Amino acid sequence: MSILQLALKSLNNRKTTALLTILSIAVSVALLLGVERLRVEARNSFTSTVSGTDLVVGARSSSLSLLLYSVFHMGNATNNITWETYQDLTSDSAVAWSIPIALGDSHRGYRVVGTSQEMFPYFRYGNDQPLVFRSGVPFDDLFDAVLGSEVAASLGYQLDQDIVLSHGLESTSLQKHDDKPFRVAGILKPTGTPMDRTILISLEGIEALHIDWINGAAPNAMLAVSADKVRSMSLQPTTITAFYVGLKSRIAAFRFQRKVNEYPQEAMTAILPGVALGELWQLVGSAEKALLAISVMVVIAGLIGMLTTILTSLDERRREMAILRSVGARPGHIFALMMIESMIYGVAGVILGVLFLYGLLFAIQPILQIKLGLQIAIALPGTFELLFMVAIIGCATLLGTVPAWQAYRNSLADGLTIRL
Amino acid sequence: MSVIHLKDVRFSWVAESLVLDIPELVIHPGEKVFIHGPSGSGKTTLLGLLGGVLTPSSGTVEVLDDDISRLSPIQRDHFRARHVGFIFQMFNLIPYLSVVENVTLPLGFASERAQAVQRSGVSPEAEAMRLLALLGLSDPELLKRPVTELSIGQQQRVAAARALIGSPDIIIADEPTSALDFDSREAFIRLLFSECEATGSTLVFVSHDHSLEALFDRCLPLHRVNRASQHSASSTGEVA
Repeated sequence: MSILQLALKSLNNRKTTALLTILSIAVSVALLLGVERLRVEARNSFTSTVSGTDLVVGARSSSLSLLLYSVFHMGNATNNITWETYQDLTSDSAVAWSIPIALGDSHRGYRVVGTSQEMFPYFRYGNDQPLVFRSGVPFDDLFDAVLGSEVAASLGYQLDQDIVLSHGLESTSLQKHDDKPFRVAGILKPTGTPMDRTILISLEGIEALHIDWINGAAPNAMLAVSADKVRSMSLQPTTITAFYVGLKSRIAAFRFQRKVNEYPQEAMTAILPGVALGELWQLVGSAEKALLAISVMVVIAGLIGMLTTILTSLDERRREMAILRSVGARPGHIFALMMIESMIYGVAGVILGVLFLYGLLFAIQPILQIKLGLQIAIALPGTFELLFMVAIIGCATLLGTVPAWQAYRNSLADGLTIRL
Repeated sequence: MSVIHLKDVRFSWVAESLVLDIPELVIHPGEKVFIHGPSGSGKTTLLGLLGGVLTPSSGTVEVLDDDISRLSPIQRDHFRARHVGFIFQMFNLIPYLSVVENVTLPLGFASERAQAVQRSGVSPEAEAMRLLALLGLSDPELLKRPVTELSIGQQQRVAAARALIGSPDIIIADEPTSALDFDSREAFIRLLFSECEATGSTLVFVSHDHSLEALFDRCLPLHRVNRASQHSASSTGEVA
């Protein structure tokens, strides 16, 4: 009988404690690998909030501030960009497409984004995914709106429903555009990006809402322009807040960025969204490191639990060890027996933990996809995760030297005399 | 010509206090020797020396013409695994192994004994079953039971089969019958004798129970062999 068989049979004899120990390691391993997987996915998802866009251009400000208002719709732009400048810059031969955005209005706490039809074919997020409609179509009419998935879900909006937008960003804005209600033309599928919390309307729609406003103040009854009348007016936008640019070749990105930054007529900033998102993740991503550190602690706790289990079992197994010695086992065999036992705990814990994790992933993946638009790829463990697993087994084995050494010394001291 | 030859063996756990002081002890091949050792006579220490777990402070412990006190600890472990089968007082068996697995256990640690079984042309399991049958344990139902569910007498016979497998040169039995009633004791010892005779093993049987003495070839009272024990015996004699 090999030492491995002996160790397995011995563990089988202490099934309950052995299984509980393996279970505690498995749970900690599943937690660690799960956090690691989530960490990678969250980072990927975050840094690909915008993808396929080469540059984002806005009024001159820090890149972080531009990123926050243009992509996450948080905070306000310091200034606007004139329509002429937008036209001039995007007529550059390097530009393949551009998406203008105009911010400033909201609806019950959700941001209204004025944009052009280009949003639907060109905007990409995540792994080069376009915006997809759950129902309805892109806005077509002047007073059409497209809702992000969360907006529709939390406010319970259906297609063709009329909604009234508000001026400004406060959720309890007193100034409502109630003279010009919008109709829900389409509802997007979840994206897991700020798009879910956005209401998209046309730039002309934004213009129409504010055509009778003077210096940011609502019109009085005399000057008000009705929704029907506004249709016959020129609704050419005069300013936008920012715009996304797709270039024919990424090589041109730095040249175009310089061109924007040095544009003589207006002070503007152009950012590479991938780089800026990465920088922002550095700021907000420290939580993920804390989470990872906690899961490492949990694994350490699991391994210490294993150590405790083995050490407590040693005393009651002194007789077993002495019998093994009397039938010819050398102290080295006893040492190996204990080491193998720890290694079995480690290997079984890791395997069970990985099974837990994949079971959980398969169970929650569709839910995350539908509810949050979060894509969690169920792939084989990556190099980093494999390293984790090897490290956990290594640590378990290393910790195993403690009881192994103890048992070794016991067996030398006890010899063949069996203590009662 | 001896299997065990102790000469001028002294042993002490702490300096100045001798536990064993044996000028000479000789056991011949095939002998069935009864060593009478009441508690405190140095019995456990003597078995430790014979098993190669302990080394004497001075003197030589020759087993099968090898001075085992000169061997390294690992060599002594090998030596014990190869040449000596042990039977202890009680709780001899590994609780999580089956009866047959308990019997074949020494073969995994001593390749010479495994080879001896192989030469006889049977598998280790078949040899274990043969020995168990000879010791009166042949009921297949019984062999399937966990060893912890066997009676103490049955457990001791399993332990005897384990000591005997692979025909080691020496069987050392330390109070193997103390947990048995008188009739079972004699039956157990007779079974042990017949197996030792069949394999040519030498039997060293240690007990404090005089009543078994008559069954053996020779009786060695440990307190007479061991001068260290005599001292303490005479001192207690004076007090009495």
